[in-house]
Amino acid sequence: MMTFLKSREAMLGAAILLLLFLIASRFPAFVAPANLVRVFTDTSPLLILALGQTVVILTRCIDLSVAANLALTGMVCAMLNAAMPGLPVAAILLLAVALGAFMGALNGLLVWKLAIPSIVVTLGTMTIFRGIIFLISDGAWVNAHEMSASFTGFPRSTVLGLPVLAWFGLLVAVLVAVMIARTPLGRAFYAVGGNPHAAIYTGIDVGKTQFWAFTLSGALAGLTGYLWVARYAVAYVDIAGGFELEVVAACVIGGISIAGGAGTILGTILGALFLGIVKNALPVVDISPFWQMAISGTAIIVAVTLNVRNARAKGRIILRSAQAEGATA
Amino acid sequence: MSDLSTDPSVRQIPDRLQSRSARLLQSWELLLLIVAIAIFIANSFASPYFLNAWNLSDATFNFTEKAMIAFAMALLIVSGEIDLSVASIIALASTAMGAAATAGFGTPALVLVGLVTGLLCGAFNGTLVTRLGLPSIVVTIGTMSLFRGISYIVLGDGAYRSYPADFTYFGQGYVFWVISFEFVLFVLFALVYYVLLHRTNFGRAIFAIGNNPTAAQFSGIRVGRVKFTLFLLTGLMSGVAAICLTSRLGSTRPSIGFGWELEVVTMVVLGGISILGGSGSIPGVVIAAFVMGLVTFGLGLLNVPGIVMSIFIGCMLIGVIALPRLWKMWRS
Repeated sequence: MMTFLKSREAMLGAAILLLLFLIASRFPAFVAPANLVRVFTDTSPLLILALGQTVVILTRCIDLSVAANLALTGMVCAMLNAAMPGLPVAAILLLAVALGAFMGALNGLLVWKLAIPSIVVTLGTMTIFRGIIFLISDGAWVNAHEMSASFTGFPRSTVLGLPVLAWFGLLVAVLVAVMIARTPLGRAFYAVGGNPHAAIYTGIDVGKTQFWAFTLSGALAGLTGYLWVARYAVAYVDIAGGFELEVVAACVIGGISIAGGAGTILGTILGALFLGIVKNALPVVDISPFWQMAISGTAIIVAVTLNVRNARAKGRIILRSAQAEGATA
Repeated sequence: MSDLSTDPSVRQIPDRLQSRSARLLQSWELLLLIVAIAIFIANSFASPYFLNAWNLSDATFNFTEKAMIAFAMALLIVSGEIDLSVASIIALASTAMGAAATAGFGTPALVLVGLVTGLLCGAFNGTLVTRLGLPSIVVTIGTMSLFRGISYIVLGDGAYRSYPADFTYFGQGYVFWVISFEFVLFVLFALVYYVLLHRTNFGRAIFAIGNNPTAAQFSGIRVGRVKFTLFLLTGLMSGVAAICLTSRLGSTRPSIGFGWELEVVTMVVLGGISILGGSGSIPGVVIAAFVMGLVTFGLGLLNVPGIVMSIFIGCMLIGVIALPRLWKMWRS
């Protein structure tokens, strides 16, 4: 119990509660249940992507192509819907996940089979995916009137008081948390990131594990692609531009170590919620939305500073201490 | 960056060194040079407007500013760190210059403001990374939001436009005939960084740190100080690029140079600098700058939209690294 209270998840949770309390003291309407649901729904796309990114970062990689993957899948879904309005939403959902997973697998293959650093691979595929959107759409927008009512209505329709988009956020969070905690693959993600050499000796294929992490991240990006395009009822080349860094930011604020192998799903959820609350609260407390970028930047720096402090106080990484000293001296 | 590597066999030291000529023939720089020449020839066949001194001179503007940052970034990446905030430093430096220009300062003061802003940003990154021991990729993702965020707070959806008339020289002036001021600056910095990385003790220390920071520390290299200096240099070069770009555009918006950090990193990696640190050369980066500039310009003459060119750049980035590895796999 005491260790939980001292954990960074508890600290971050306390920070979020404090933030909510401060906002509520002046604007009580913000913490009304209906508005909190709205904030959570608005944060769901970030949450889903951050969960995929978490798994990738756990394996010591990074996926900078998620936003481009989202945009490309979203465009394909929108164009398909415009061409064949009769296609059921379930089929489109399936296609979105499959297409996203395929793009993620492409990243994973390059990292696994050719051992190219993930930052280089995803930097490349990021620009390639964006370019392909332009090629298939010819730079044109797919607008609301070209989409069918069931296509755009699905993420917004409410089930048991929550919009479907929010249900997807919850569902993905639970599924990823269970997979991480209860399956051999989930354990392998931590093993590969924590100590790749030890992972090899315990019979874990490092590259293959990273491949699955990228495939998962891609599938979730594809899923978000459909949800995003349907929710905003528009698809164009630049949707979610720069969103990949916000996704990484959510993970870092949630305490996922960029060095791999450390961090929890709960942390990522809180990190995404923190960014979502800040984003939604700014207009309410009458601060110009132009402040958002600087605030999330500051949050990242503060979070990573605290993470490193925590890790050091515990003396968790014994073998790497020499290297850490070398870097700080 | 070494934390991102998982392949234990990445750094193998051969037991026998190759001869100089054999090394040159297999070198990355030669491969890139061949690619650059091929693109040049293909372009001159594809478009009748390509082989024109003024057009070629215009083409250099596609890469000179980015390349100036890429030189400093190359040193930083060789040392095992990275700076993703360079484009945001451009935005902040440009905003500071715009504010100074609006307040009525003259060109020399504006240049000073641009350079100092760049240095301060670099010092901020460097302090966080070397003093607090934070991973540079996370720190600079944070400062990337922070620096540009400050520009957004200052400018919102507005812009600074009132620059003095003689300020336009940096981005639009020509030293003689078709040789622009920016191109001269590019050549100058290429030489400076070549000497710095390949001909000085400081450069040797950078390679040592990139290959093994602990060993470098024990051999008496002040690892933290070298890295801090490299962050300062990267900030300074971003300031220089901000001066050139602001002068060329004649206005400052918070979105100035958006996405450049990835193009700069692409240029460095394409130039054969290992993203894991410890190896690479400045001539490689220079040729990579030309390759990227020529591709963008040549396709532009053929009316290919910019975003399609980015597919080309993306494929090139992955391709140049994947092909040698595929070749090795196929032979073994």
